[in-house]
Amino acid sequence: MKKLIIALFILLPSLALAAGGGAPLDHANNDITDKESLRNGAKTFMNYCLGCHQLQYQRYNRTFADLEIDEKEGIDTLMFTGEKVGDHITNTMPKKEAAAWFGAAPPDLTLVTRFKGGGSDWLYTYLRSFYADSARPFGVNNATFKDVGMPHVFQQLQGVQELTAEAKAMLLLPTTQQRPLGSADLVLTQPGDLSPAEYDIVVRDLVNFLEYTGEPSKVERHRLGYWVLGFLMILFVLTYLLKKEYWRDIH
Amino acid sequence: MSNAPVNNGRRRFLTVATSVVGGAGVVGAAVPFIASWNPSAKAKAAGAPVEVNISKIAIGQLIRAEYRGKPIYIVRRSKEILDSLNVVESQLSDPASAEPQQPDYATNQHRSISPEYLVAEGVCTHLGCAPTYRKGDFSEQVEGVDYGFFCPCHGSKFDMAGRVFSGVPAPLNLVVPEHSFPAKGTLLIGIGQGDA
Amino acid sequence: MLANFMAWIDKRLPVTEAWNKHLAQYPAPKNFNFWYFFGSLAMLVLVNQIVTGIWLTMNYEPSGDGAFASVEYIMRDVDYGWLLRYMHSTGASAFFIVVYLHMYRGLMYGSYQKPRELLWIFGMLIFLVLMAEAFMGYLLPWGNMSYWGAQVIISLFGAIPVIGDDLTTWIKGDYVISGATLNRFFALHVIALPLVLVILVFLHILALHEVGSNNPEGTDIKKKKGSVPEAELSKFKFHKAYSEKYDIVDAIPFHPYYSVKDIMGVVGFLLLFCWVMFFAPEGGGYFLEAPNFEPANGLKTPEHIVPVWYFGPFYTILRVIPDKLVGMLGMFAAIGMLFALPWFDRGTVKSFKFRSKWHLLNIAQFTACFIALGILGTLPSSDLANLIGRIATLGYFGFFIALWFYSKNEQTKPVPERVTK
Repeated sequence: MKKLIIALFILLPSLALAAGGGAPLDHANNDITDKESLRNGAKTFMNYCLGCHQLQYQRYNRTFADLEIDEKEGIDTLMFTGEKVGDHITNTMPKKEAAAWFGAAPPDLTLVTRFKGGGSDWLYTYLRSFYADSARPFGVNNATFKDVGMPHVFQQLQGVQELTAEAKAMLLLPTTQQRPLGSADLVLTQPGDLSPAEYDIVVRDLVNFLEYTGEPSKVERHRLGYWVLGFLMILFVLTYLLKKEYWRDIH
Repeated sequence: MSNAPVNNGRRRFLTVATSVVGGAGVVGAAVPFIASWNPSAKAKAAGAPVEVNISKIAIGQLIRAEYRGKPIYIVRRSKEILDSLNVVESQLSDPASAEPQQPDYATNQHRSISPEYLVAEGVCTHLGCAPTYRKGDFSEQVEGVDYGFFCPCHGSKFDMAGRVFSGVPAPLNLVVPEHSFPAKGTLLIGIGQGDA
Repeated sequence: MLANFMAWIDKRLPVTEAWNKHLAQYPAPKNFNFWYFFGSLAMLVLVNQIVTGIWLTMNYEPSGDGAFASVEYIMRDVDYGWLLRYMHSTGASAFFIVVYLHMYRGLMYGSYQKPRELLWIFGMLIFLVLMAEAFMGYLLPWGNMSYWGAQVIISLFGAIPVIGDDLTTWIKGDYVISGATLNRFFALHVIALPLVLVILVFLHILALHEVGSNNPEGTDIKKKKGSVPEAELSKFKFHKAYSEKYDIVDAIPFHPYYSVKDIMGVVGFLLLFCWVMFFAPEGGGYFLEAPNFEPANGLKTPEHIVPVWYFGPFYTILRVIPDKLVGMLGMFAAIGMLFALPWFDRGTVKSFKFRSKWHLLNIAQFTACFIALGILGTLPSSDLANLIGRIATLGYFGFFIALWFYSKNEQTKPVPERVTK
């Protein structure tokens, strides 16, 4: 009987794996306690992303406070849309027209690392996986997000990537024999302003910032968690001794 | 009860220790519930200090601003208006602003930082109506004074420093909010002089 | 002073009497084991859900336009709002964990058998209402999984012949799931169902104290009055409601002995609970699912629509039956079987410890099938998954059928007269 149960437990995870699919994601290895990285990410976001993507649940002043940016400096260097410092980070792009330009309105990114399966690692891989594809409206496709409607905003920084010959051949096979593309299928053919290592850091900082906006209280949550668990351990020892003391009556 | 000897001292100590530590835990657990009743970031953003451009107010003119849901009256007082403050003093109930209805830096005859600008909540201290600014015809209410505030609800009267006349329902002078002038022509309501 | 005050109260309301009858002089078997923590833990989680729920309603906005944003408002703008929300969302999953373990305890030790059938029925009603409560609560964040999960479950009712389509429209109050649906679910989730839950919990405890607790041996601690020699009676003083009717053996007063033990259990539970809440509130994507961080969108279906994990076993039964109507009936029958458990079991020996090998095997296969159904419920459908699901469904129903047959003339071991430990 027990063997049957064990067999079932071994079998079930393999079912889960079979369902997963997708190429392995690269690890972002970002650190939400690294304020310098978060500040760089915020800067990148405001300069490259905010034109199309909002952070409609995140406020400027909360961001400045959490990232330890002086409010005055933040207003001068990171706020471009004439909003008040207590306002949400939004843009004025009209949703309807945007949908016509890109095929779908650019999504709000406040929670992007939470609603995308794979979270920060997915985003990190995605932003480094654009490749040239003349069949697409903006001339780029993405190995992680097939036929994405977004142009490669960082092309100037990253340069141009192309599929390897092997990957191109694979895509010509019948669909049942294809495998999902991964970063190993891409080669840099035209260098950009940054070296690949520098570009990875820019993306990592941006992903880090977006993981922060997904849950601004995360660092506080962890900090408080250690105190609460420590307190409960002390209380557990006390209640254990108390229980033992009373139960001497019975044993 | 049982045959085993009961160590009452140890038992009492553990009971008290567990109760005290457990009680501290309950108090700690109550903190988030209590703290969540504070004004939220949204409320704070809505109640943030308000900047008002005052460079275009004509002499004797009143403009309104809104701060934390209350109307704020801003009046650019003329020489004539400032002179009237002396005239009415004997008829006021709190001419020296003894009641704490204003920040320390506005506890003076004109109840403001600069004599030129009056900044006061347009909320009658009786029942909260909005007093009206009587420009030139206040003498209908108080003989010999041309400027003042008159509350239409119950007839309370205030002078041009928001000080209440005696013998009217309103008990106190109008509230002067924290304010400052960070730059020429700019009034900041909500942050006091020297605070920021 | 205090004594006078209590005397004054007691003349008007029997507070001391109730304290003694239900706590300080309530006879509980002295051999409760680990499995007996989960009743008091369920109570703790219920209180947690009610209190944090009340606090969440203070800032939540039940409307199609505002619901999702108001949850983010709670998570960001309200002081400690994130903590209150995580206490509630982690509590929802914790509730089902402790309730499932509590039910499993009853199953192992035969706590549903005569005379505890009504106690079991009240428990099952609590489970049923809890599932409705959780289902409606799950719509409230108005995330995309909220929306599509509700869509799938509500459309089940469409399988009912003749009235099905009209019924689903009536439940939704619209032709699609909309703000109208959200509003009525909100009203039921925060007022109606919690009220029913609290009343049922009260009746559950009242019924428990009428018949007394079972224990891992299944031995009755209440013997016929006058049948036990004085020296062997329990040394503790019990309330006359029990001691005048029975000779009580192997029992201890609930308070202080089980109150200190349960408090220890509570702190142990809180350690696990807080560890999840502070360090993994998404519960690996099972407590808070990733697609639910995207607002409800009637035009964009999540890749895999799966119900929350605690509906998994019943959802799998629904899914692996190829016919929609039969599938729905199967799902409800699965819950109905649990209600009828006291009558499927025709045996008189309660604890599995003294029952036949067949019973032990039957419980083991039921456990395996239930867990398998639960895991399958969170996975996407496939041929292999459906095959395993069908076998597990047979195992689930087979448990009850087999029980009915073998329990009549089961080879059991003699149940000890007294609690052995």
